[in-house]
Amino acid sequence: MAKLKIRENYHQARWDEPIIYELSTPGERGILVPEPEPEIKNKAGDVLLNLPESMCRKEEPNLPEISQKQVLAHYLHLSQETLGSNLNNDISQGTCTMKYNPRINEKLAGLIHHVHPLQDESTMQGLLAINYKFEHFLKEISGMDKFTLQPGGGSHAVYTAASIIRAYHESNGELEQRDEIITTIFSHPCDAATPATAGFKVVTLYPNEETGIPDLEALEEAVSERTAAVFITNPEDTGIYNREIDKFVQTVQNAGALCFYDQANANGMLGITRAREAGFDMCHFNVHKTFGTPHGCSGPGSGALGVREHLVRFLPVPTVEFDGEKYYLDYDKPESIGKVRGFFGVAPVTLKAYSWVMMLGAEGLKEVAEISVLNNNYLQKKVEEIPGVGTWYAEGRRRLEQVRYNWIELEEETGVGTDDIMRRIGDYGIQHYWTSHHPWVVPEPFTLEPCETYSKVDLEEYAAVLKKIAEEARKDSEFVKASPHKCASHNIAKPEELNDPEKWAITWRAYLRKHKK
Amino acid sequence: MDKIVYPYIPNSVPEIKKQMLEELGLKDVEEIYAEIPDHLRFKGEMDLPEPLLSEYELERHVEGLLAKDKDCKEYINFLGGGTWQHYVPEVCDTINSRDEFLTAYVGAAYADHGKFQAMFEFTSMLGELLDFDVVSTPTYDWGMAAGFAIRMAARITGRNEVLIPKTIAPDRYLCIENVCKPIIKIKLIDYNKESGLLDLEDLKDNISDKTAAIYFENPSYLGFIETQGEEISRIVHENNAISIVGVDPSSLGVLAPPSHYGADIACGELQPLGMHMNAGGGLAGFIASRDEEKYVAEYPTQLWGITETIKEGEYGFGDVSFERTSYASRENAKDFLGTQAALWGITAGVYLALMGPKGMQELGEGIMQRVNYAQHILGKIPGVKVPTLNSINFKEFIVNFDDTDKDVSDINRNLLEYGIFGGKDLSKEFPELGNSALYCITEIHTKSDIDKLADILKKVLA
Repeated sequence: MAKLKIRENYHQARWDEPIIYELSTPGERGILVPEPEPEIKNKAGDVLLNLPESMCRKEEPNLPEISQKQVLAHYLHLSQETLGSNLNNDISQGTCTMKYNPRINEKLAGLIHHVHPLQDESTMQGLLAINYKFEHFLKEISGMDKFTLQPGGGSHAVYTAASIIRAYHESNGELEQRDEIITTIFSHPCDAATPATAGFKVVTLYPNEETGIPDLEALEEAVSERTAAVFITNPEDTGIYNREIDKFVQTVQNAGALCFYDQANANGMLGITRAREAGFDMCHFNVHKTFGTPHGCSGPGSGALGVREHLVRFLPVPTVEFDGEKYYLDYDKPESIGKVRGFFGVAPVTLKAYSWVMMLGAEGLKEVAEISVLNNNYLQKKVEEIPGVGTWYAEGRRRLEQVRYNWIELEEETGVGTDDIMRRIGDYGIQHYWTSHHPWVVPEPFTLEPCETYSKVDLEEYAAVLKKIAEEARKDSEFVKASPHKCASHNIAKPEELNDPEKWAITWRAYLRKHKK
Repeated sequence: MDKIVYPYIPNSVPEIKKQMLEELGLKDVEEIYAEIPDHLRFKGEMDLPEPLLSEYELERHVEGLLAKDKDCKEYINFLGGGTWQHYVPEVCDTINSRDEFLTAYVGAAYADHGKFQAMFEFTSMLGELLDFDVVSTPTYDWGMAAGFAIRMAARITGRNEVLIPKTIAPDRYLCIENVCKPIIKIKLIDYNKESGLLDLEDLKDNISDKTAAIYFENPSYLGFIETQGEEISRIVHENNAISIVGVDPSSLGVLAPPSHYGADIACGELQPLGMHMNAGGGLAGFIASRDEEKYVAEYPTQLWGITETIKEGEYGFGDVSFERTSYASRENAKDFLGTQAALWGITAGVYLALMGPKGMQELGEGIMQRVNYAQHILGKIPGVKVPTLNSINFKEFIVNFDDTDKDVSDINRNLLEYGIFGGKDLSKEFPELGNSALYCITEIHTKSDIDKLADILKKVLA
């Protein structure tokens, strides 16, 4: 049996790394560029002579000049000062579905490095097949009729959904009347922000203080002939499943509006319950979360958006189709919303996700869901045993794949709040946890999501570290508040400067101008 | 057969699973799923292929699927049009494939200090290339970046029209159109048929006190350099509107950055700076501007700034003006953000650090020399017209086949037989250009690649 270990002697790499400009020595080169052959140069002559002066760069760009080894070392240092989820017990980033990102899938994605997206379709039948088959997997998992893989992330897919809803009501001549989209406060911020970007007013439902989810009555009151759609997550970021979700959907659809299911929290549901059974018109998956592809410091990701038959005609172009003999890209959609990103999707992410599903199959996907839910309940038991931790709402009801906890009691007792503990946990070799999206609603929140790729010992280590920090808070609250102590960097001295136009510095040149006069 | 123990699922070991259930007082995970009402449960079987449980089987399977595909290593490629084949330095791949960067996400700047610094250095270096003090963290792609930039201009000016040249890439236009749709009207401005350049008279006829911005590109989709940047920006500024320029940063070692000819906002595509084409998966957009509060206040993306920590001499990083963003302010934010393309921003930083000023200069000049040579060689082929425009081009140019008896699609099919991806067919996108294709040449093309294209074209057109 693996041994439970709290990494008390952990210390993250701290390279005291200069900013890249501070490594520059005039004349050094990091890489040489292939020169054109003499015949080309001779024939072309001075190509810049023909340019009008206003279009010529007069001074060379102020880029650093550094030899290759020094560039490589610099970025290796920076990588060591970054705690990727494959390196650590990243149960921390709840709502983000941080699971193992298999190495083999990275290798396989390298097979399409050199594919140009406009190549003749006959030369990328395999690649298109992978897109088409992955779309089929998503249809099976959700019950939707058709997917687009074009959006580059979850919020982007939700934005695409809002655009399709606009096109749908416009085609029915009801867009002017239906200018409201309803969401819930525990749905991701994009469920409010993307409808607003697409031109809708946003109505937000708040949870019933007991159940943790909005009452059906509250929804009924909010829905009207002005409602274009509802954007909802289930379970929301609290991990509580809304048992009346189908009634929510019916209420909205009875009013002539559409229902979009934000499935960012799908990890505990694969093969268990689907958007279709609950009656949704559309849903999306964060491919880079649920389907095991890496988050890349925040992208490239992929947002797969699925719709029912009545919305297929509005999907962005092109879609990937199969005519029985060959795969092809279909641009023939006169009512399409157009495009939300170049070409036909984030192909490497699609390929990695396809590979991930292929290694699991239907039974394996269900195992993913079951173990993620089991892990979560096991961790919850351990975490709730820690004095000072609370869990709001729905007492006695089990959470699915994640839980929003709180440190209200500990904060009252010690003055150490969730942000302090968030920083301190980094000192034990664990990524800082996710508190909550804004606004918090639950005070002093933290949200944990122990995906299927964490072991029993990982779960126990995580709870033990939280317990230890809570003890530290009681013994020496200032020590915890001053954390982190063993991470790559310390607390910021003057956080207010990041909001001060006179002080903020988004580039090195701005920093030199404002701070090093 | 025994129950499968999945390599990515440690607690699929039956004994462990049983222990965990016991500790929870449960017999089965189904007792947790009792939270979901029975009528909402999925009762069927997902129709998915049998799993390939071993990594080896998976590798064989995916390699098999892709075995017959061709790529631009195997064939000589002249396709551009939104994704371009440049050389990707090995160090770029080394860095972006490290698990530390590859698998990080939204961690704070203490344990993810390196991520913040790498991104800050990327914005710093791109800022130098653009001569702007503010650069966004990466967004989805050029099209979304342009759409966001136009919405920024509409909010800054309180106006709701944007002017865009008719030479814009049709696909990018579709993206911009969708982003603008609820609040901004797009007016398309004519171009000079001889040169491709913007028709300044049509610009003057259409600009008004409703105009929030003009958005034009350099180099344009059709490859020519819009040399009237100064004049366009002057007209736009006379009307108190904003000049937005979409730019391919690989040109900026030799071409003036948009800020030097009056651009207030620049945006564009990072893929040429160290990202593989990835069948279109290498895209990442950026937005940049001067460091003025009214501009910064309208960015939808995260902006990361440098500051100092409590430890003397240590740099720290954090979000600048976070309240702008939808993570902080939901529907009251400036548009929206989410997981976009951060890893490609870090990679573009590695690329610029390797290239340095000389590398970017040599890249730009070498590309223009090759394009000049290629136009010269191809123009000698009977029936082939190049150049078609009286313009200066960066890495793309139009090749017209009106005087041959073949369509571009036929020609490209013939080229394929010789291991060549011909230029992008423009005949449907720009019918007024006739039977034309958009060819792309970069530093990866040798003289023999270009000569081979010319030889094969001669053969297939004979």
